[in-house]
Amino acid sequence: MAEYKLTEEEQEAAFQQRIDDEQKIEPKDWMPEAYRKNLIRQISQHAHSEVIGEQPEGNWITRSPSLRRKAVLLAKVQDEAGHGLYLYSAAESLGISRAEMIEALQTGKAKYASIFNYPSQTWGDVGAIGWLVDGAAIVNQVSLQRTSYGPYSRAMIKICKEESFHQRQGYQIMIELAKGTPAQKQMAQDSLNRFYWPALMMFGPHDSESAHSAKSMKWKIKRETNDDLRQKFIDQTVPQIEFLGLEHPDKAIKWNEERGHYDSGELNWDEFYKVINGNGHCNRQRIQHHIKAHEEGAWVRDAQLAYNAKQKAKKAADAA
Amino acid sequence: MILENLELFEVFVRSKRGLDHKHVGSLHAEDHEQALEYARDVYTRRSEGVSLWVVKSRDICASQEDDSDCFFDPSDDKPYRHATYYPLPKEVGNM
Repeated sequence: MAEYKLTEEEQEAAFQQRIDDEQKIEPKDWMPEAYRKNLIRQISQHAHSEVIGEQPEGNWITRSPSLRRKAVLLAKVQDEAGHGLYLYSAAESLGISRAEMIEALQTGKAKYASIFNYPSQTWGDVGAIGWLVDGAAIVNQVSLQRTSYGPYSRAMIKICKEESFHQRQGYQIMIELAKGTPAQKQMAQDSLNRFYWPALMMFGPHDSESAHSAKSMKWKIKRETNDDLRQKFIDQTVPQIEFLGLEHPDKAIKWNEERGHYDSGELNWDEFYKVINGNGHCNRQRIQHHIKAHEEGAWVRDAQLAYNAKQKAKKAADAA
Repeated sequence: MILENLELFEVFVRSKRGLDHKHVGSLHAEDHEQALEYARDVYTRRSEGVSLWVVKSRDICASQEDDSDCFFDPSDDKPYRHATYYPLPKEVGNM
């Protein structure tokens, strides 16, 4: 076969054409270095979020109000670990190792969803997290099922299928609290008040402020903008709050007939940047806990290596 | 040529970019390169694929069909892992 070498520009044009034609990019395809980097950043942060997200909920496993609730919460946290694995594997297909990603998380080079830097103080928070935090994540992830990178897209499809139970179990906790005693209803209201705004912040800064948005949209890594996704979540949440009979935390929420959407109040962006930059309630605790678990698990990794070495030696001896 | 001397390969085809590779069957070949060409000729004569994987059958580690009941039973008694376990009031739309 005669080899005709394409120039960088030609390769990039062919790459963009493929994306414009709604075709997926697969691991062995040529891709611009910036596309690869951008994806590694986004997918690894997504993976870290799944894993760090186990902490606020894990906090309540031993204190669940019933055995049934405990089994449900365990199953959910187990799913989050699984979702982290799907995503780490998708990122690995771009040529970064698991160890490098973990290192970036633990040294603060890589971020994760800042929502997980808020503490889970009550059982109501477990309900609000499932309902609002997983709910917001699903809005984002449904959109990402159409992302241009094949392995990421396929991971999102699998995750979305599994995630629906997360939101529903959370909402069911909220229903039971909201229909319960006045104290229980108050607990539900309090959790809603504390988690509503941070859940909206999960969609990131306004499009005009977002550092990665334009390139990500051109490459179809992201399919909808932060503000559009946020609006979707705001709209779908209004009837859910109404059904619970709780007060909406946003006093400015108002149906806008002309736009066909709800108008809403402005977010506290100072808080957003404070938490992103490491100064939320639990930033240090989350990373410290991750490092501790990682270090305490070192003996398992050592044992695996020792076992592999022994098996190899045994096979070599048998062959001799 | 004695066919049995050749390796058995499992063949996976990706029918369209963005979809998973799907197992379509197996074939005998001398090595990976030959298996790829055979797979193209045997399994994609009508443009069934845009990408092929071939894997030596002996490299595939599979769960045992006979043991599948006890192998998979940890998920049998956990209906709460399914969204449908949580009935939704119709007022709140889909979740």
